[in-house]
Amino acid sequence: MIKQVLSLVAIVLLAALIFAPMLINTPLHTSLTPLANYYATQGADDLGAPNLVTAIVVTYRGLDTLGEVTVLFIATAGIGFLMGKKKKLITPKRPASELLQNGASFLLPIIILFGVYIFMHGHLTPGGGFQGGVVIASGILFMMLINQDWSHNVFLFLESFSGFFYVTIGALGIVLAGGFLDNRILPLGTFGTIFSAGAIPLIYSLIGLKVGTELVGILHAMRGEE
Amino acid sequence: MLNTVFIIILGSIMLVAAFLAVYIKNLVSSVIAAGIISLLASLIYLLLAAPDVAMTEAAIGSGLTTVVFLLALKNIKQKEEDTDD
Amino acid sequence: MNLVMTLGFLLVIIGLWAMLTQKNLIKIIIGFSIIDTGVHLIIVSIGYIKGRTAPILDASVSVADAANKIVDPIPSALVLTAIVIGLAVTALMLTFVIKLYQKNKSLSIDDYQELKW
Repeated sequence: MIKQVLSLVAIVLLAALIFAPMLINTPLHTSLTPLANYYATQGADDLGAPNLVTAIVVTYRGLDTLGEVTVLFIATAGIGFLMGKKKKLITPKRPASELLQNGASFLLPIIILFGVYIFMHGHLTPGGGFQGGVVIASGILFMMLINQDWSHNVFLFLESFSGFFYVTIGALGIVLAGGFLDNRILPLGTFGTIFSAGAIPLIYSLIGLKVGTELVGILHAMRGEE
Repeated sequence: MLNTVFIIILGSIMLVAAFLAVYIKNLVSSVIAAGIISLLASLIYLLLAAPDVAMTEAAIGSGLTTVVFLLALKNIKQKEEDTDD
Repeated sequence: MNLVMTLGFLLVIIGLWAMLTQKNLIKIIIGFSIIDTGVHLIIVSIGYIKGRTAPILDASVSVADAANKIVDPIPSALVLTAIVIGLAVTALMLTFVIKLYQKNKSLSIDDYQELKW
């Protein structure tokens, strides 16, 4: 009881001293901030990507994304370490129903194709590496539901491969263009077509593969073990 | 004005789902309620003109997070059965 | 009055209340993920400008007058990465819970008093 009262006092204090002033004092914006204004007016000429969010994630704040992928990798490694090596994969009480098996094997290629579409078109339409990677991971989840023993090595290989080439392309930017993770190592191409915006589609595809395989790693580690 | 009405409706459902997620006794129902909050949040991102965030939240927040929670619950239930043997 | 920001703060408060008062470890993690959603809503609502459209330059938003037609793309970009990190952190916490359950056979926070003073 006393603990609940203390929690209530803490939350009321937090709301009154921090949340309410923030709510009242944050103005409703009517124009872009100077930085966003620069991205909006110069982003298309600089990088050639119609989707400004992608331009920011991949190039303007590319180092931020590299750090994010690193945190994701460390979390996955921690989960794998804590859950330990599987002695024996769990045997289900009964096999998956025929409906689930047929439906999953029909849907799996379509889902993976959709994921690849999302991260290939990340610079043109909403979406990109993170979303495409998650769609691919949910396709693999289907595979986990129907087929209880599949090789995890191909995902480990894809993860190392995409991480290595992501950093390599970033380092190429120092040599061939303006700095680390600069996308202008490839020609910018025609604005609004799929082979444009320099290295952005390539980098975002590698991020998508990396995120997707790492999420598959999390799902794999958290499956039951006997 | 239509946006405001939508946000009020979605927001009140989200608050109800949040209360349910905290106070329902059954853990599976509580996880599903938390997934509903994320799904409705992705609709609000769409109304706020942030389609990239809406896609991410719909795929990760309501999809994979729920799956990860359910996998953890399954793991815990399995360990519980192991001790009964 | 910013409606979405209010909603975000209410969700943060509910999540914090769950984290402080609930005994079940899974419920505490659910509270954490509610706070996560609330904070993301707050950040995105800061970048919204009334009556403008998504930051994608196409036929309806020309490059020339993009600055007058799009919302702020920076909060969207920040939240994009934050959501993925949120999933990884949640999964890591759940793994710790599984390990704790394996050791002590209990999900109640009252049974873990090694750090209590």
